[in-house]
Amino acid sequence: MLSLLLSLYWTFAKIGLFTLGGGYAMIPLMEAEIINRYGWLTAPEFLDILAIAEMTPGPVAINTASFVGFRVAGIAGSALATLGVVTPSLVILLLLGRFLQQLIRNPHATLFLKGLHPAVIALICLAVFSLGQEALTDLTTALIAAVFLAVNLMRKLSPFLIIGLGALLGLLFFPY
Amino acid sequence: MLPIIQREIVERNQWTDFKTFSTFLVITQSVPGTLALNCAIQIGLHLRGVPGALLATLGVILTPFVIIVLIAAFFLPLYQGNVYVQAVFYGIRPAIVALIASAAVSLARQLLSGRASIVLAAALFLIALFCNLHPIAVMLAGGLAGLFLFRKEAT
Repeated sequence: MLSLLLSLYWTFAKIGLFTLGGGYAMIPLMEAEIINRYGWLTAPEFLDILAIAEMTPGPVAINTASFVGFRVAGIAGSALATLGVVTPSLVILLLLGRFLQQLIRNPHATLFLKGLHPAVIALICLAVFSLGQEALTDLTTALIAAVFLAVNLMRKLSPFLIIGLGALLGLLFFPY
Repeated sequence: MLPIIQREIVERNQWTDFKTFSTFLVITQSVPGTLALNCAIQIGLHLRGVPGALLATLGVILTPFVIIVLIAAFFLPLYQGNVYVQAVFYGIRPAIVALIASAAVSLARQLLSGRASIVLAAALFLIALFCNLHPIAVMLAGGLAGLFLFRKEAT
């Protein structure tokens, strides 16, 4: 149990450290670590937890960490995963606080971040394909994803509305 | 999230002026972590040093943690077996995939400027797809490539 809790903490600290360029950057990392490496969750379970994390108040990264931690090891797991995901920000800001402004203005740091953004986008696209294979199991689900994507690109909808409509369509068209 | 943070910090509590708050935001976007968390840590640090930063962090994580634990405790027993819960998630999963896909598109619109960054994104996508690289390796490769690729643009 102790080693499970420690690996939860360590894994989420790693995820927190590389959540750069927006909260969605953590999705490919979580997929690699939580689904592929440790097998703590299946891909459909991960998607379900993401949906709940998106609908609950609070930052999605923190909500997801709390939920995955709970699913893997109860309340203690939830607490350690949550602490893990915030540790890198805390350490970096506390240790480097004073120097960060100069560091960010450093041209090398700017160039590094500029190269990091295309990488994050490439990784999120990959996650769309791999998670899509698990979520789009038949024609109905493929249509739901395609229509929602098209509509959301034309006119940005709230995630609540998209998830709510998805739930409704699921109830209507599930092959009972 | 951002308008709420700004209203609470700058206008209501007047913990910092707008200028300091904007420097916090610039730093927030360049270090790891989510927006709310990084803002909270910096404001805590600014007002009351390390204890302030720790308490602000606790403030950001405590409410989501309690809510999620409650939801998880009630939800997980329902999760297996109930056919309606299965039906709901059957529809939610493709919706989430669509949300992630549109996040990728809007990030690309915001952050990919110029041919070099588009080519870099495409190349990293193909390399990661065929070589099965870990995301951290892909990110480091992107950052290192950035040092060389974008140097000309910067000067």
